[in-house]
Amino acid sequence: MSGLGDVYRENLEDLYREIILDHYRSPRNRGELATPPAHRAEGFNPLCGDEVVVYAAVEDGVVTDVRISGQGCSISQSSASMMSAAVKGQPVAEARRLLRAFKSMMSIHESSLGGEAGGVSRARGGEGAVEADEADEPAPVDVESLGELAALQGVVKFPVRIKCATLSWNTLAQVLAEAEAGGAGTGAEAVG
Amino acid sequence: MAAVSGAAGTGAAVSGLDPVAVRRDFPLLMAPHAGGRLVYLDSAASSQRPRQVLEAMDDYYETTHANVHRGVYAIAEEATRRFEAARHAAGRLIGAARPATEIVFTKNVTEAVNLVAYSWGRANLAPGDAIVLTEIEHHANLVPWLMLAEERQLELRYLRLGEDYRLELSNLDELLDGAKLLGITCASNVLGTVVDLEPLVAAAHDAGAVVLADAAQLVPHRPVDVAALGVDFLGFTGHKMLGPTGIGVLYGREELLEAMPPFLGGGEMIRDVRLDGFTPNELPWKFEAGTPPIAEAIGLHAAIRYLEAIGLEAVAEHEDSLTAHAVGRLQDAFGEDITIFGPDPALGRRGGAISFAFKDLHPHDVAQVLDSRRVCVRAGHHCAKPLMRRLGVQATTRASLYLYNDEDDVSELVGALRAVADFFA
Ligand SMILES: Cc1ncc(COP(=O)(O)O)c(C=O)c1O
Repeated sequence: MSGLGDVYRENLEDLYREIILDHYRSPRNRGELATPPAHRAEGFNPLCGDEVVVYAAVEDGVVTDVRISGQGCSISQSSASMMSAAVKGQPVAEARRLLRAFKSMMSIHESSLGGEAGGVSRARGGEGAVEADEADEPAPVDVESLGELAALQGVVKFPVRIKCATLSWNTLAQVLAEAEAGGAGTGAEAVG
Repeated sequence: MAAVSGAAGTGAAVSGLDPVAVRRDFPLLMAPHAGGRLVYLDSAASSQRPRQVLEAMDDYYETTHANVHRGVYAIAEEATRRFEAARHAAGRLIGAARPATEIVFTKNVTEAVNLVAYSWGRANLAPGDAIVLTEIEHHANLVPWLMLAEERQLELRYLRLGEDYRLELSNLDELLDGAKLLGITCASNVLGTVVDLEPLVAAAHDAGAVVLADAAQLVPHRPVDVAALGVDFLGFTGHKMLGPTGIGVLYGREELLEAMPPFLGGGEMIRDVRLDGFTPNELPWKFEAGTPPIAEAIGLHAAIRYLEAIGLEAVAEHEDSLTAHAVGRLQDAFGEDITIFGPDPALGRRGGAISFAFKDLHPHDVAQVLDSRRVCVRAGHHCAKPLMRRLGVQATTRASLYLYNDEDDVSELVGALRAVADFFA
């Protein structure tokens, strides 16, 4: 890369780690699965138009196959690719654990927003709002256990991009919920 | 004022405006950012403000802050005088015949449109009535009408985008037939399209429709004369024209404002209150409930003085030539790799908002890498989702130009876009 100087460069390279760019350029598990038997859900980030479609086949409590389609920024697309690689072949319980750990890594805390003590720890709102997903406070995260997914940690420094990184995981949560509920089917819902 | 120059400075376009000298008045633009100069290309979202504006606001707070229209002591009278002087300046800026009654301060242009939709709209629109908007509107001039349409079962009609990213006018008379209102932007915050309003206003009036113009992207950049335009309502917003946030302006023709019921209720906007009713205040205070944004109005006044000292003709000339230069540079440098969504500057006047798609990269990725070169642009849907759909994109990257930008900024943008291409290669 050319011409990137000074302190900005460090942040930028934190955001776009080589592994992330690699997943962006050569996304894993692109495609679709027949539904049924597989399950499908769409995630949409109305802020910037990122769109991720997750297909998952679940058999005997194991995520046997995952496919991703959709379009969007490098963070949303590489995160989806990394998610697919991480959960494919894993028991549903492990996929859920990764989901929780990932979302916890991606959650913003007061300190990272430079807020005053006693302020609201998480913003919620319209354009420019930061991630404010779960009402339940995420457990402290063991970043090591996330493997390659930990590369996305740098996104937390860029609050408006967090939704890009979590989009595919929120969509995965929908697919898993659906698979759990039994019937094969299609879910389409804005995730944000 | 240092920035008003007869002598052409370095990098100045061929006009009386020297952007390098202008920049010296803007503390944020002069401050070092990570060791370099900030290249601010997002004035369509919000401009920066010169120290003259900041000083006017500080001076008010430090010397004469008090609530307006109330106290009989000297500093309260001075506060009232400064606040009302700002109203007159805003009125003069746009050629309002009666600034003392026709200029209403709001929080921003969004509130100005909401005021018209709520107060004029609820008093004048009945189920089945039609209003005409355009598909290039900012959400600020769409959503208030969508809300009212839902409540009142209004028929919404839209002028579409036509040739060269300008409005398609061939079906104008048909759309206006029987319509009660034309709500239209003066200049698009996405495309840069400047709308030729006069014939549209004439056609609307012939059809018996009232015209509301969203001038958020016009008043900061060009001379505006509401009498010549013939509009009935016109709104603009302080923070896009070198003023502070938290202040906007609604111009309305006196007869219309006079006949409208109040918008928000509270102090200031009443003449009398009883336990069983109230009598609204005179114009314009009827529409200014509660303590107004006093310092912000004073800051806006300073911004208006600044723009008038330079001259909006000179601002427009500078932006016209810089926009043509920028579009040309981007096309020469990137050819097929860049798609500019906006009118060709060679075919007519356009504003300095330049939206584009770059390679197959997502605008967020483009903007993020530009940021690493201290180049600030906007990436997203620019609060114009119907227009994004029409363009067939999720989002665009937008560089927008103002009086403090120059050819060096354009060079920085071009260089930074090369870095973007390398980064994602
Ligand atoms: C054309 C147009 N209209 C309305 C607005 C809304 O301005 P504000 O947020 O100050 O009300 C904007 C700015 O974003 C704009 O560009």
